[in-house]
Formats: sequence, structure tokens, C-alpha cells
Amino acid sequence: MTTTDQPLLSVAGVTKYYGDRMGCADVSFDLWPGEVLAVVGESGSGKTTLLNCISSRLRPTRGSVHYAMRDGQSRSLFEMGEAERRFLMRTDWGFVHQNPADGLRMTVSAGANVGERLMAVGDRHYGRIRGTAIDWLGRVEIAADRIDDQPRAFSGGMRQRLQIARNLVTAPRLVFMDEPTGGLDVSVQARLLDLVRGLVSDLDLSIIVVTHDLAVARLLSHRMMVMKDGHVIETGLTDRVLDDPREPYTQLLVSSILQV
Amino acid sequence: MNPHASGFAAYNFAYLDEQTKRMIRRAILKAIAIPGYQVPFASREMPMPYGWGTGGVQVTAAILGADDTLKVIDQGSDDTTNSVSIRKFFEKTAGVATTTRTADASIIQTRHRIPEEPLKSGQVLVYQVPIPEPLRFLEPRETETRKMHALEEYGLMHVKLYEDIAKNGRIATTYAYPVKIEGRYVMDPSPTPKFDNPKMNDSPALQLFGAGREKRIYAVPPHTEVVSLDFEDHPFEINRFEDTCALCGAEGVYLDEVILDDKGNRMFCCSDTDHCEQRREAGHSGARAGQGLEASQ
Repeated sequence: MTTTDQPLLSVAGVTKYYGDRMGCADVSFDLWPGEVLAVVGESGSGKTTLLNCISSRLRPTRGSVHYAMRDGQSRSLFEMGEAERRFLMRTDWGFVHQNPADGLRMTVSAGANVGERLMAVGDRHYGRIRGTAIDWLGRVEIAADRIDDQPRAFSGGMRQRLQIARNLVTAPRLVFMDEPTGGLDVSVQARLLDLVRGLVSDLDLSIIVVTHDLAVARLLSHRMMVMKDGHVIETGLTDRVLDDPREPYTQLLVSSILQV
Repeated sequence: MNPHASGFAAYNFAYLDEQTKRMIRRAILKAIAIPGYQVPFASREMPMPYGWGTGGVQVTAAILGADDTLKVIDQGSDDTTNSVSIRKFFEKTAGVATTTRTADASIIQTRHRIPEEPLKSGQVLVYQVPIPEPLRFLEPRETETRKMHALEEYGLMHVKLYEDIAKNGRIATTYAYPVKIEGRYVMDPSPTPKFDNPKMNDSPALQLFGAGREKRIYAVPPHTEVVSLDFEDHPFEINRFEDTCALCGAEGVYLDEVILDDKGNRMFCCSDTDHCEQRREAGHSGARAGQGLEASQ
């Protein structure tokens, strides 16, 4: 973990109402550079709402999100112009969807999927773009000879790895992940988690990962937040929360893990 | 204009009513003010099916005056069904003079080609556009493509060219080749062959684009920069032809392939029929000049 004196992302009092119904309420936390934060909780607990709010995909009803830009300035996400926010999202941020089809362009080749962000920031050299794409496919363990295949010809695990490569190609500092291992079988999950762990330490990434799978949180995250009914009910270091859960709901969650 | 005074009681001048023409003119003025930007307009039903140039016809009807001379081309040709019927349409509804000579026309409506003869200041080229949105095949959502234009997010256009090179080893797009207008908007120059893209750049003529089904008008004003998109290591290139025109011997023009029989005989000739005729009148001739179709059989 790098040491800096300001958090990368600072979330204060984020609340989202869908009409009268509450999505998440009064969530505050800081994310530090190089840190992996897991948000866990059952379906409908407000995890994804929270993720969408802090990644500026949804505008919260109340609360603010500040992000430390590369120049060290802390900026409020919802006071930025849309152009700037979208630029941030495709350069300094990544977003890994649960369903790779949501994050990939399924009808263009793997190479173009990886290269899209490079072209979006103005790279106009085909050879260089392709070289970078091959390099990134290698890093996510996809053979270079698959570069011209469309993601529809890929297995679920490969698609998810391709989605990760597509997000990381511009060397973002913050990646949001929504159930990244959701639809994958356990052995593929394990490999994917291994890969992500390697990338996190190599690239000094900060990640906010939403998951209902405590094993994912255990393997990937340094710190975790437990959500229930839109509220954060417990936060702490991952090992502490999982080994010594304090809230009754967290105890229930931890004890619900199947032991094989 | 008083429809009775024109002698065509059944139609208003140039078919459309005056309010509609005003509405279209407003859209055209806005399009000229923002080169390359697609201006929505309330496209009308025209007495011809979509795909036959309803957008171009509406633009032409809106800008046509009684003393204009109209030329209509389809694939460069003055005598194919589409161009003949649109020319007749305006002869009947507006009574304007028509011509096949590029130099004599004040308004030229075209389906694909830009005439070989350089256009002059004061001429207007009206394109019939089927799909005005260059980003459409990569991004199906209209809300999203509008936002991408607004925020100048054009990386996706290069994704399309990347795919081309990855699949074919070169940029294989030969028509509807995307261009950037005055360094700002990316525009689809309708199904124009990319051979004609360089002619759009800094043209002294006004270029108007009308898409009837998609209800969009856009424009390239005279002397506007039009740059075809490309990669540094795969620069834009126009199609080259090995043959010369079989009828007039012209080089460096866009050629059509004509199948002559079922034994594999074919010839290449100018796609711009007016240009070809003028050259032949001026005494140029190609390999097949003067031969009837029978000669090849």
C-alpha cells in the first residue's frame, strides 16, 4: 500500500431514494490508494445502489463523493461536468460488470475491446494499439491468437478476464467491481481471483468490490463493509470481520457459509 | 408562390407546402451553422418509398427556386430509374429546368457520387442519405450517440477502422467512410464511395445531406475542412483502378464494372455518365468506343 496523506475516494453521507423506497442510507467511508474494499450483504441490501452512486452512474439523493485526481486535487464528482466525469470513467477508473456482456462490445474482436479505451484517449497508431492489446491479453491469460475473435466465442471466464483487461489498459487507479465472479464456476472463480490479486499488487490498484460471496471478500479485500437494508452495519479489516463478527447479522452471514 | 400562377394547380411549387419548406430551410440553416451536426427535422411522407431519396428530395424542394437548373444523379448516372424519376418529379411539380451537365446545374441531387468535374462556387450538392449516424452500427442507442457527438467521444469510430484492419489487413471500408468536419463533428458522408471523400474537403460548393426516414439534415458549407479518419500507420487511401474507361479512356476517375455477357466478358467505364459523354464529344475514346454491345458477343 502506498502511503499518502489523502484518501483516493471519500464518500460522505451517500443516500439514495427511489421515490419513497430507500436504496441505501447515510453511507460514509474513505478509500485509500492501493486498498481493496469489499461491500458485502445479501440481495437487496443496497450494495449495487451504493456502487452505482459512488461510481457516478447514479446520482445520490443526498451526500457527496470526492475523488483525488491525478494532480492531487480532490474534486466532487457531482460538481464535475459530464464530459469530465465520462473522461474520468474511461481513463482513471474501471468498471467490471457481473455480466461481461454489459461491459464488453460483443460484436467487435477482443483486440478492439481492449484497444477501445486507447483509441478513446487519442491513440491513432494501429500497430501500437494492437501490441498493447496482445500484451494485456497475455496478462489476463488469454492466448494472443484469440485477439481477432469476438467475445461471443469466449467462455464465461475468458470474457470476464477480457473485461478486466479492457478496463485496466489505461492504467486506472480505481476499479469498481460488481460481483465479478458471479456467473462463474468455482475453479474459474479461483483463477480469476488469483489473477485479480496479482494485478492489484502489480499495478497498485484500488478496488471497491461488491459481492455476496464472503470467500471473494476474504481472498481479495483488505477491508470490508457489511450492508443490511441499505445501511452499513459493520466495517473493519476483512479478517477481523470474518473471524470475529460483532453484529448479529454478520454472525449469521459468516455462519451461513457452507463448509465442505 | 401562388400555385395557380405557376400553371400546376395540383401541386404547390416543388410539391411541399410553404410551411414545410420553411421548416426544412430552418433546419438547413442550422446545419450550415454547425458543420457536420445532424439537425432533426420533421420529415414528411413523400410520394416515393423510403430509400429512394426522400430526404434529398425534401432538401431539394426546400431550396429550389423557379430559375434553378436541376441535375439528378444516381451512382453517378443521369439515366437510371432513381435519377430519372426524381428529375421528372421536379419537372412536373416545379417546372424547373433540368440538365445532365454538371457545369450547367445550380442544384445537383446525388445518391452516391460527387461529379468528376470540379464543382463551382454557387452550386449546391444535395445528398440522399440512408443512415446519417456514423456511430450507429457500434452504438445502437440514439441517446448515447447524441451524447457521444456532444462530448466529442469519437474513439468508437476508430474501433470500427481497427476491426477493418484486423479482419482484412487494411481499412476495407470503401463507402460511407467516416470524416471529421472542421476538427469537430464526425459525419457519415452517406454511401458515397471513399474515392470522392477528398472532393468534399474545401469544396467551393455547398453540400447538404438529407435523411428522410431518419429525419436528419446536415451540411458541409463551402470551403470547410473534411478529413477522412485513419490510423498513423494505415493512412486513408482512395480506391485505385487499374483500367481506364472503356468508352472515353479517362484515367483517375471512378469506374463501374459492366458485365457484358455470361462468358466472363466485362468492361469498366466512367460511373459519371455526363463526364464520359463530354469527353467523348471532345474526341477522347477508350478501348470499346464505338462498339455496340453485339461486338462483344
